[in-house]
Amino acid sequence: MADAALIWSYLSREPLLWLTATLLAYWAGDAAFRASGRKPYVNPVLVAVIVLAAVLWLTGTDYPAYFEGAQFVHFMLGPATVALAVPLHANLSRVRRAALPILAALLAGSVTAVLSALGIAWAMGADAGVLASLAPKSATAPVAIGISEGLGGAPTLTAVLVLLTGIIGAVVVTPLLNALGVRDWRARGFAVGVAAHGIGTARAFQVNETAGAFAGIGMGLNAVLTALIAPLVLRLFV
Amino acid sequence: MIPALATILMFQLAGEVIARALELPLPGPVLGMIGLVVAFLMAPRLAEVVRPTAQGLLAHLSLLFVPAGVGVVAHFGVLSEQGPAIAVALVGSTILAIAVGALVFAYVARLVGSRDDG
Repeated sequence: MADAALIWSYLSREPLLWLTATLLAYWAGDAAFRASGRKPYVNPVLVAVIVLAAVLWLTGTDYPAYFEGAQFVHFMLGPATVALAVPLHANLSRVRRAALPILAALLAGSVTAVLSALGIAWAMGADAGVLASLAPKSATAPVAIGISEGLGGAPTLTAVLVLLTGIIGAVVVTPLLNALGVRDWRARGFAVGVAAHGIGTARAFQVNETAGAFAGIGMGLNAVLTALIAPLVLRLFV
Repeated sequence: MIPALATILMFQLAGEVIARALELPLPGPVLGMIGLVVAFLMAPRLAEVVRPTAQGLLAHLSLLFVPAGVGVVAHFGVLSEQGPAIAVALVGSTILAIAVGALVFAYVARLVGSRDDG
């Protein structure tokens, strides 16, 4: 029988352990999400992050060591962003038919998201690094992480803020828009896609097919627009 | 699957090269996405080739956030100091953005008589 310490020293140097752990934690998160009846606040990513953070803390593993393994999953964010071209292309005719409302709501929703987030955080004393990490939080994660890097933010902090934004959006969208009396499914879906990216889009698909399709369009368009406006709005505050 | 994956990576690669060469504020993959939509419009058959792989990737999109999300362990200090500002900013801005986006969409749609037929 080999020494357990030797096996651990092998595992802690190789990517295999943390790649496996990432998939297992997400699997557990997804199982919890299904078991809850797909409640938006039992988010599989949030569950996986909490589980992995606890495991890293218990084993005394630092983040760079974990990332050695997890980078293979992380890398796929880029190709996934490019793959968003497929749903965007499939819905292009619906986009053309609602071009004006889409354009107006995209501009209004996107600017509101960046401006109000930075305004509130700045007024409450957040520092420049946090503001740069916060600015792209309504965009889909791969894009937001790229924008945050470009602005001098912390990409890993941005990832968490993006995740929390998505969960907040998914939880509040239905009661909020019922209270405001918005009945157009395109409007409801599009707004949550712009404000709360993929997690909001997944929520919209649960409620209504049309809302889901428009949420996907909103997410795709806002990925482009946030990349353009986040640097401009950030300049107002730092 | 290989032609689809190669196509996606080629557009990402082209996006990264163009973004860096022209010093554009857009991330390379976003440029790649825009380029791929344009390519689909010019060659609709390409969309059929890429679709199954793209849908497979997007079906597991949330898994891909996990490694970056775990990075929260490196930010407990910032989060405990500036947690209230961050929390209020996230909740406030998300509610405002959804409300403004939906109201503007519904208002402009009524104004121009835009309806969805499918």
